[in-house]
Amino acid sequence: MPPAPQARAEPAPPGLPARLLELAEELRAEGVAVGTSELLDAFSALGEVSWAQRPEVKEALAATLAKSSEDRRIFDLVFERFFFRAPEAEALEHDISEQDAELDAGGAQIDLAQLRERIAQAIREGDDAALRDLARLAIAAFGRQGEGSGVIGVDVQRIRRALELRSGDARTREPQAVARGEALELPREALRRFEAHLRRELERDAIERAKRLPPSRPLNELDRALPSGPLQDLAAVHRVVAQLKRRLATQGHSARGRRKHQTVDVRRTMRASLQTGGVPVVLKWRPRRPRRPEIYVLCDVSTSVTSASVFFLSVLHALHDNFRKMRSFVFIERISEVTEIFERERSFKAVSEAIGRDAGVADVSGYTDYGRVWTEFIASVEDDLHPRATVIVLGDARTNGRDPRADVFAQVAEKAGRTFWLNPEPRLYWNYGDSVIAAYERHCRAFECWTTGQLEEFVKALTRTSPGD
Amino acid sequence: MSAQPESVAEISEGLRAVGYLPGQSTALVSYLATRLGKPVLVEGPAGVGKTELAKSLSRYLDRRLVRLQCYEGLDEAKALYEWNYRKQLLRIQSETEEAGWSEVQDDIFSDEFLLPRPLMTAIATEDPVVLLIDEIDKTDQEFEAMLLELLSDFQISIPELGVIEARTQPVVLLTSNNTRELTEALKRRCLYLWLDYPSLEHELQIVKLHTPELSDTVARKLVEIVQMVRDLDLKKPPSIAESIDWARALLLLGADDIDSDLFLETMSIIVKHRTDLDTVAERVGVQLGGLAGATRSASTG
Repeated sequence: MPPAPQARAEPAPPGLPARLLELAEELRAEGVAVGTSELLDAFSALGEVSWAQRPEVKEALAATLAKSSEDRRIFDLVFERFFFRAPEAEALEHDISEQDAELDAGGAQIDLAQLRERIAQAIREGDDAALRDLARLAIAAFGRQGEGSGVIGVDVQRIRRALELRSGDARTREPQAVARGEALELPREALRRFEAHLRRELERDAIERAKRLPPSRPLNELDRALPSGPLQDLAAVHRVVAQLKRRLATQGHSARGRRKHQTVDVRRTMRASLQTGGVPVVLKWRPRRPRRPEIYVLCDVSTSVTSASVFFLSVLHALHDNFRKMRSFVFIERISEVTEIFERERSFKAVSEAIGRDAGVADVSGYTDYGRVWTEFIASVEDDLHPRATVIVLGDARTNGRDPRADVFAQVAEKAGRTFWLNPEPRLYWNYGDSVIAAYERHCRAFECWTTGQLEEFVKALTRTSPGD
Repeated sequence: MSAQPESVAEISEGLRAVGYLPGQSTALVSYLATRLGKPVLVEGPAGVGKTELAKSLSRYLDRRLVRLQCYEGLDEAKALYEWNYRKQLLRIQSETEEAGWSEVQDDIFSDEFLLPRPLMTAIATEDPVVLLIDEIDKTDQEFEAMLLELLSDFQISIPELGVIEARTQPVVLLTSNNTRELTEALKRRCLYLWLDYPSLEHELQIVKLHTPELSDTVARKLVEIVQMVRDLDLKKPPSIAESIDWARALLLLGADDIDSDLFLETMSIIVKHRTDLDTVAERVGVQLGGLAGATRSASTG
């Protein structure tokens, strides 16, 4: 392994180690934790693979630098960007442009149907180089129509549509259909590959036109913050809630140590000691009875939290999957118990429909009335609340100017062992306008929570709470 | 002496020969693991062949597989080593009066009274092994911390005995279903391999490898259906193991085509939740019915 050059002078030092360090810098800028030990690993891994094989080099770097699926996704993007930009920058420096006269002239004449057929053929034969040339042709043909929008992503889709390329089942793909001029259906993967070529060629064109590299965009716009598809999210919520269950069940045990909490089962220990001549060598413990958490969840479904309510309902749904002793309520102006609906319906869609239909949330004005909610809640569950119960409130604490009745909430919190508040609003907006979360926060722990990531934070925070009950 | 692969292609071939079709990254990371002697952290959804990879590696490298199945509450007494209390006690009892205290003490804390558990076995054996630490995400963080010494230096410190160093370097695989985030410290010591569901062609090869008697058309259709099912939003998407099971079942039934009736009867092999069953029956069953109708009309017309 060659030692990394010490000086990082202005014209970047030549050689691979410097390039790798630059790559690592870019990865770090995107939030991938690349440590020195990872870099050392990367160098030694590179010593083992063959240089000519791009995928091998890439995989070797990925295995040593990206340590989670999320990181891996970022790595793929950064790697592509980095090693695509590097030669481009070089080319600019030496003023080389890739003006292939034949190709560009060809683009002026070729018509779309012909092009479509050739693309299909290239895909069938798995010819990547030909596919790249065809992508250039398509761009040239498309550019002639003068419809370029300047935004690469948009252009890629326009070209695809102009060529009538659709992803479809490999099974239904028939050459005759192409000949008949029907839309060409390609296997999804092949189409994606073609789109990647298009994107890359368009980028190259843009660079050649502008004679400079576009500023490298941070990848942040990728779905890092927002919950994207509700379906895919549901699974994530379920996973986090499954963790929540474990944390609640074993709460405190890990902090105090497992053994200390156990008591010796004298009877079984004596029996076991017969084997060792009456000396109690092996201690038999009374089985630990994990305490079964009892959970009360109150979920705001008013209009002010519409955007978060799908998320809330999926949390509720996942909770119901995991906990037996659980009662859930939804509220707007008044409160309504929906435990039964969740027990009856298993699928998320049915549940949300049922709640919308017959939860009977007495919805007079459509505005949340927290004061009334607390009063009703405590009236309906007062006898059942006990110090082992956990109350979780999902809501934005916006009272619409009504009395927050924090005193009643304090009673609830006092009767329950632990009380948590998950607020879908960013902390910045708390206590702004009619939000009265501060009044409630005195009696419970409030968390900002509207993504699965934050839900995970909440679960983590649960373990950190000192077992105060 | 066990096999030592010389190139990525070689290990890829080798794994193929023992019935495991590795993807490109899988082969490469396995190769790096054998060359660099670093543990591999394998993550991915359930049933994509994480554990199978370890088994195949052990078959291919001709090494014994030592497996540690993790679970919540696993501690070092079950993972590393334990003192054999009974034997120690017997030793003390059989001691004559003359023996000095220190002698006995030295004596009962020696190799003889040590019960090696999987991790210790893995590094103490004469022949190199493949160590599989399965479902590491099921354990507590404390246990992970305990593994660090073993994974980076291949040694175990026993307070009474000193440091036990590995005689041979095991190939270590850790698997995780990603149910919780593992600590950075652990990840830093490992190579990372993300195993995902295979692409259609790859899965087709896998199915064919395991059920060579199944006709091509059925195998292809089966894999296409499985991939389709995976695209639905299910509680538990079908794994590779389940597609293989399904292929075997179809073989037993002597099926020469998958139509909607056969699918509805046998789909419980690949779908294991009641709600999932409903979804799949609704979405895929209908589609299959339509397809079957189309082909039938095409053949008659």
